[in-house]
Amino acid sequence: MANILHIVVCAGIVPDPLQTLEPVTTPAGPGLKNEMVLPAVLDPWAASALYEAAALAAKNPGSKLWLLSLGPKAKLQQVMMTVAQKVAFELVPIDGPIGGFPDAHSTAAVLAETIAALPGLDKAKLLLFGGWESATRGAGVTLQLVGERLGITDQFQGVDQIELRGDGSFEVLERVEGGKHQVSVCAGAPAVLGWATGNLAEPRNNPQIGMANMRTIMPALSKAKVAKLDANGLSYVSVSLPKQQRETRVEKNMTPDEIAAELVAWIGAE
Amino acid sequence: MEQILVLTHADDSGSALSKASLEAVTAGIELAARLSASLTISIIAADAAAAGASLASAGARLLAVSGEAFAQARYASDAAAAEALCRAAEATIVLAPGTSRITRIAAGVAHRLGGFVDSHITALGGGETIEASRWFYRQRIEAVISRSARPWFLLLDAGTHTAFVGATGAAQIESVAVELPAQRTTVSGYRAPAQDAQTIRPDAKMLFVAGAGWTKKQPDGQTHAAEAGELILGFLRQTGASLGSSKSLVDQGGEGEPVLPFLTHMNQIGQTGSTPRHAKGLSTCCHGEEPHVVGWRFIGSRRAISLDPNCGWTRGKADVVYVADAFPVLAKVNALLEAAKG
Repeated sequence: MANILHIVVCAGIVPDPLQTLEPVTTPAGPGLKNEMVLPAVLDPWAASALYEAAALAAKNPGSKLWLLSLGPKAKLQQVMMTVAQKVAFELVPIDGPIGGFPDAHSTAAVLAETIAALPGLDKAKLLLFGGWESATRGAGVTLQLVGERLGITDQFQGVDQIELRGDGSFEVLERVEGGKHQVSVCAGAPAVLGWATGNLAEPRNNPQIGMANMRTIMPALSKAKVAKLDANGLSYVSVSLPKQQRETRVEKNMTPDEIAAELVAWIGAE
Repeated sequence: MEQILVLTHADDSGSALSKASLEAVTAGIELAARLSASLTISIIAADAAAAGASLASAGARLLAVSGEAFAQARYASDAAAAEALCRAAEATIVLAPGTSRITRIAAGVAHRLGGFVDSHITALGGGETIEASRWFYRQRIEAVISRSARPWFLLLDAGTHTAFVGATGAAQIESVAVELPAQRTTVSGYRAPAQDAQTIRPDAKMLFVAGAGWTKKQPDGQTHAAEAGELILGFLRQTGASLGSSKSLVDQGGEGEPVLPFLTHMNQIGQTGSTPRHAKGLSTCCHGEEPHVVGWRFIGSRRAISLDPNCGWTRGKADVVYVADAFPVLAKVNALLEAAKG
């Protein structure tokens, strides 16, 4: 029996991981040099959550999928041009600061307030998805805070799989230490699931889905509410690039035997 | 004056504290001494008396919640326990290990207490204040932060402090009552590869990373994934190393390309994988691009074997790069290690 789910995916946008990042001081606190012109992508773990959510919604007819994203409107529009071609969703944009330096608690407050006000959302059917950590702040706390603010006390982090059952309950696999998964069974929605990689490959671009999504994305972006994030007493003493730069010895002419002997000595050395 | 609480929990045995918890205890003792602050250590465990025996000589007030509900990690019960412990300790600073059990609940508990949380703390500094170091952008930018708001939860990365070791004995532990909410989640246990097939070994001295090159066509025009798998597993058996992978290699399974069957996304290192701590790391058949190498931030001595003399590893990311075919090199390494064992 299919279950009707209301899935909200919280996903930020992050600099393309191949870009060079350099911290700078701005009037609003730390930031990245040329941050607004760095190519951006959907946060990778949150993207996993989005693909898993879309697959789950597709298996459960009548379900609904919202993508909630906080960032500068112009950057959101740029990223959505790509993301919109992957899976069907309704975008809920929030025009706010970009980057990993704003306080997670403020971010969570804005997200929770927005979710609580989503028209048509039934909290009893809510599965709150997102990445278990972002590629910016990487704190792994925002989704929990949103869940707690919404009064959801079944929360799972580092999720790689959920298996929905006919009665609405689901089995969930969470990553724990030592390369293991903790296996739990939850009675059903509402729940918070912070996704790790999941098991799905990135969907191929589908222009038809893209066109259908863009019909609602552009109006949503034009109406995006503006959010200002408080620092909540958080201050940065310093922000810097790591100084580690190794003196690399490149060996181009050693034979396999020579390399192996050197490696074995290195492996055995304390 | 700050009131410091160290939040700890039992390990899988249920009768001893996790190693990461003992590391947090060390951090708490050091911080309390530096700030002349009071120190309380709390325990979440099915049997807190047994788990707390190792804290008998810690010189701190000990609080605990005990009972079968706390034998396993679950948001609702653990968050209720941690909230009760923090309230009982009237903590202004909460130090906790960044384990999966604590990271699942810490933000929620901080919110319940009107506090704030910062995770992945790698060092605690400052004079009469607390300054915490942590990384942003997946270990690409390091920052030192401070907060004026309290209570402040700080989750410490594993391996950043030595584990507390003290005389064991019967500790004076105050029991804290917890009002548990209705439990909608049942933990049924763990799912893991068979013991001899477990390739992720957090306590290993060495990380071995396999890149996508292992399953690409070799000079004979064929792929040799099976041979690659044997060589890699042979190396892991000989050295006890932990196995990591680049994203591109683990993604191949979903793209119909040859795969190494023992690799999963759990092995993935880097931007969308883990950032383990090992003394040494050996990369093989991997380009060493930034999204992968950010996962090597806490690897000490680094070596790489790559056919590409211009790969990322040669640009200051490894100590030694061998421009060579990893197949014959690893076969020879395995033979030498086998011979050395006699």
